[in-house]
Amino acid sequence: MSKERIKIAEELYDIMPAEYQDLVKRATYGNEQRGWKDIGNAKELIEEHSLCAGCPESMAFRYILASLPNPEDTVMVGSTGCTSLVFPHVAVHNIHSLFGNQNAIASGLKRALSVRFPDRVKDVVVLAGDGATVDIGLDMTLQAWFRQEKFTTICFDNELYANTGGQESGLMQKGFVAKMAPVGKSFEKVRLPEIARESGCHYVVNCTVSKPNLVEKVIKNAINVAREIGPTYLQMYTPCILEIGKNSMEGLQEMRDSEKPSERFAYKEFVSEPAKELLAEMAAKEKERKAEAKRQLASQTVAVG
Amino acid sequence: MATQASFIGQKNKKDQVYTDPWKMMFEAERTPSFFTGSEVIKEAVRRASCDMMVAYPITPQSEAAALCGELFAEGYIGDYFRGESEFAVMSQCAGAAFGGARVFTTTAGPGTMRAMENFPMWAGARLPIQMIVTCRGINSPLSIQPDTLEIAYLMNTGMLVWHAETAQDFYDWILMGYMVSEEPDVHLPLALCCDGFFVTHTKDMVDLTPTEMCLPPYDPYRSPVPCMDMECPPVRMMRDPFVMKSNYISYATHASWQQEVWAAVERSRKHTIRWMNGLIETENTDADVIVVASGTAVSQSREAIALLEDEGVKVGLVKVKTLRPWPGEEIREATKNAKHIIIPEFNVTGWMAREVSATIPNNERVHAGPHVCGGMTMPPEIIAAEIKTLLGMKVPAMAGRG
Repeated sequence: MSKERIKIAEELYDIMPAEYQDLVKRATYGNEQRGWKDIGNAKELIEEHSLCAGCPESMAFRYILASLPNPEDTVMVGSTGCTSLVFPHVAVHNIHSLFGNQNAIASGLKRALSVRFPDRVKDVVVLAGDGATVDIGLDMTLQAWFRQEKFTTICFDNELYANTGGQESGLMQKGFVAKMAPVGKSFEKVRLPEIARESGCHYVVNCTVSKPNLVEKVIKNAINVAREIGPTYLQMYTPCILEIGKNSMEGLQEMRDSEKPSERFAYKEFVSEPAKELLAEMAAKEKERKAEAKRQLASQTVAVG
Repeated sequence: MATQASFIGQKNKKDQVYTDPWKMMFEAERTPSFFTGSEVIKEAVRRASCDMMVAYPITPQSEAAALCGELFAEGYIGDYFRGESEFAVMSQCAGAAFGGARVFTTTAGPGTMRAMENFPMWAGARLPIQMIVTCRGINSPLSIQPDTLEIAYLMNTGMLVWHAETAQDFYDWILMGYMVSEEPDVHLPLALCCDGFFVTHTKDMVDLTPTEMCLPPYDPYRSPVPCMDMECPPVRMMRDPFVMKSNYISYATHASWQQEVWAAVERSRKHTIRWMNGLIETENTDADVIVVASGTAVSQSREAIALLEDEGVKVGLVKVKTLRPWPGEEIREATKNAKHIIIPEFNVTGWMAREVSATIPNNERVHAGPHVCGGMTMPPEIIAAEIKTLLGMKVPAMAGRG
């Protein structure tokens, strides 16, 4: 697969929007080596976004879309919230249907794609906020994991309902004063990464999106494990700077502060035994690919010399 | 985009031949079979080339849903699983339909209500899912008995809503339903309703099409909206998501799409008329008294009409087959000479009487009732008594009515 599928008929080329022409010429569909370093060099799969200036969620979106291993055959599922303002600008098929049902949609979708394309890889990736994942949609989040549905669930954890104006959520820290928690949240942040592990996820990571290379690594791991083995879960801190009183420039620092070893977004990872084997196998293949590339480069150099 | 060749004449993995649906439904030899309504659902689905079914237990549809599981085990359905609630099930159905699958599910009463948020979404997303609704009580205290109140809620979702009278209707309409709802100018979900227990749990003679024939597979690229499978270009849907905008363009977009969904409901008429020989069926519409009914109320009315005929009272009948699209014009025409229009219903609010009253001129002719609900049966005698009372005839007191 390559950019073939989005190619424009010659006769119609000039009437297509510039951003679509750009997508055909400079996007990285079909490039197996695509990653966050393409940002700035290639056409991104996100055109614009209507999030607040400096919103860490917009960074997360860009890194994730740059890191999808197979965007030409990936369908994303969103939910209601700030993410649903971004998806209409994204150049992979994506579904918004209701609030909180994203893992149910993804279950049906992944199975339908498996029935229709038994010999092809079609990745399904859920990306939703913490209200959708942990509160209103928790039932469907967990049940998809119990059933070992083969897709990745990404939760953008901003620890509150941002899009509706900053209400308490299950992933909010205890004691935080917010709308609907007027005297402070009375219970602890829900420990979904641990619940994910116990519910059958094969790859679970809790992190921030401060480091693009880390985001690329965990996205690729999560999608590859989901494709081959079973459900995977990524919980990523994307603070709502607006609701925690930060300025546009302060999102990155907020994430760095929150990922220190003693903090709630210190990097945590769980990998099941079958997932470890798969990732080791893939790492060995990647090493071999790089070694082969080096050998070829060396032989070319010799030939030229 | 993947091209899909014509499948007619080819065989599926169960050795069934993909058959021209018209030939299959109207020309192929039928075999009379004695089945429960639930078994009839299974037999229709066996021939429907479904890619996916999602099931959940709720009386009285549990048996049909489980029988479809047997079909999956035999290899007739692409995939099948039990969801965790009706809300989730209907979302799982949506996910599968977004991904280009032909989808089947069943539900009933409280399940329909729990899943309700999904239905306008299905219609708005133009997903031609077929959902069997085996109607049952939705009231508290808990009831599992037949009652058609849930249909009133479905009628405003943008789905096609049909109401089967018999198991034979059910069998034919499941198969015809896919043909209508998958038309590109329709492409809407279908709620195919029946009265729980009365149709699902009773045995009836049903003429089945040959087992070795099945519908051609669904072609998701004959849809008015893109299939979410990355087989066609991922268009940028909009520059400014309308959800957040309070401006005229946003309102106009939402408004025009809702209008389009309802226009698609209306466009289903021509296909439905072709397949089902009209949205209504009529008998003796020259009579002064006409019964208008849907579902099992039609069967009971037929019996009542026979009772009255014995007494020399001629009564006509309008069987309403589709509630959405609503056959307003047909009902207007069929009842134009009637002095009294009787509307018996299996629910407490009388939604059918309201619909008819809103449709016809001189609607003081409409008599809403008799109504039974909460699982009560509707003996033909009470319909006959209602009609006689209306005509000023003497009615013997019936047991239980004082």
